[in-house]
Amino acid sequence: MVAQELVRSLEEKALRLRELIVDDLIGTEKVGHLGGSCSSAEIVAALYFHKMKHDPASPHAPDRDRFLLSKGHAALVQYAALALAGYFSTSELKTVKSLGSILQGHPDMTKTPGVEANTGSLGQGLSIANGMALGLKLDHSSRKVYVILGDGELNEGQIWEAAMAAARFKLDNVVAILDRNRLQATGPIADRFDIGPVAPKWAAFGWHVIEIDGHDVAAVVEALDEADAVKGQPTIIVANTVKGKGVSFAENNPAFHNGAMTAEQYAVAMKDLQGLRH
Amino acid sequence: MSTKSLRTAYGETLVELGRTDERIVVLEADLGKSTMSILFQQAFPDRFFEMGIAEQNMASTAAGLALTGKIPFMSTFAVFASGRAYDQLRQTISIARLNVKICGSSSGLSDFGDGSTHQAIEDVAIMRAIPNMTVLVPVDAVETRKMVAAMVEWPGPVYLRINRNDLPIYTADDASYRIGRLHPVRDGRDVVVFANGVMVSKAIAAADALAREGVSVKVVNVSTVKPLDRDAVLADAKGCKAVVTAEEHSIIGGLGSAIAEALRGNTGQPIEFVGIDDCFGTSAHGYDELLAHYRLTPEAIADAARSVLRLPAGSSSGVRQLPRAANS
Repeated sequence: MVAQELVRSLEEKALRLRELIVDDLIGTEKVGHLGGSCSSAEIVAALYFHKMKHDPASPHAPDRDRFLLSKGHAALVQYAALALAGYFSTSELKTVKSLGSILQGHPDMTKTPGVEANTGSLGQGLSIANGMALGLKLDHSSRKVYVILGDGELNEGQIWEAAMAAARFKLDNVVAILDRNRLQATGPIADRFDIGPVAPKWAAFGWHVIEIDGHDVAAVVEALDEADAVKGQPTIIVANTVKGKGVSFAENNPAFHNGAMTAEQYAVAMKDLQGLRH
Repeated sequence: MSTKSLRTAYGETLVELGRTDERIVVLEADLGKSTMSILFQQAFPDRFFEMGIAEQNMASTAAGLALTGKIPFMSTFAVFASGRAYDQLRQTISIARLNVKICGSSSGLSDFGDGSTHQAIEDVAIMRAIPNMTVLVPVDAVETRKMVAAMVEWPGPVYLRINRNDLPIYTADDASYRIGRLHPVRDGRDVVVFANGVMVSKAIAAADALAREGVSVKVVNVSTVKPLDRDAVLADAKGCKAVVTAEEHSIIGGLGSAIAEALRGNTGQPIEFVGIDDCFGTSAHGYDELLAHYRLTPEAIADAARSVLRLPAGSSSGVRQLPRAANS
């Protein structure tokens, strides 16, 4: 049972992430990956503001948990979390994708404090996580690697190479979270490249599978805790989510995979998020 | 002249270095008996990762290991290292300058029996085009040892192109080595041949033949293709009347291109390329037979030298047309 106080606090963080995405990172001037960023908000909030051991003042401290955004196009939600955690000022968020900004279109460890690897060419983050996990085990570290995957990303063959490898090497320090928002860039996965049931595939590959509502922070926290107890195999949390969650016109709308908001839409989005405040 | 295996040198040197440097880890894609990474597996099973026949995952896994402070060496055939795992080498490893060392083994035509699918004739061009990537082509087993040791100290990604067959030794055991340095193998005045890998031995043979005709040939082993020491290239070309390059690689994008880029606008010397003329490899029963088929020979280098020096063609010229239509 997750404490109500923690649930309320993480819900507030997730809402704040969405506000930063809509207001600072996209606004009315920029194009941005609103949909996939908002579908990950509760997962990212639970990791950065509860589960992970990390220190914004010392981003390279060896004794830290690692976070990888394999679906790198959702960088906005990670940037919001990093700023909110204190890796850099929230005033940086408005510079995203500007020439010279520390915030690139996809995560870039050479430019952004707190980003652990360059991701965004889809399908590679899980392999990177495996490599980190092997390195941590060689160093006898008990820290974990958390990696968020997209469900469109499961089209990439390398994901399944990495799925095999994580089980083969018994990487119980890898926790993948599948942000299963059921849309890919050009439309519903069901109409594009449907790969059928997802959870049984991961189970067949040797993973411990937990399926949850990815917007229920208590469920996210419980699943992350459950992963701690799993030994000898990697864990994947299949988080069922809604693309664009929290912004009425963007929910389940492929146009906001990577879109711009009109002034009217921006006002609606801000009002939607305001309405989520208790 | 004695010959030695470069890939055995690769495996043995990893073992030697691995004894004192626990950061060194090795990944392999089911070709360890060919690349000789198996020697490291036998010595340090805990730091060896058999990744299966999955080169893309191997490359990104190596990236993750580098991100925890390890120095991963990933080996496979050159054609797969540069082709199958290209995007992984570019996106995660090279953009962030991660400390991953890539061994492209059985490079060029050296896997003579396996044919075009296994013969990397464009890997140097591919790797050279990636910003932050260092590209090394050892001439012999001794230089391979020195290179592997230097790679451990050299920050960032390095592509090491290793021949499958034993090659003659040109490097002295006690000669100092530094990544980036050009290594003169033979001094001469009339024409300079910039060569690497197996083609250094062919260039020396060409220099011997031309010496009998009164032509003085300088041979330089360009075992670091990138970063190429442009000043050294200009210095070696200076005083010679013409330039020839020789590589076991396509003439598009490899050593010849790199030398031409270095010489641009400076010397006005004529230049000729000896290499594979924009076509794929093919199967053969022997390595030398295949090299001859593609005119990667002393005769071809000598002809190129005569051509840039505007001398009459040698008796060996025109022995074989380049197999341009081999794949059409």
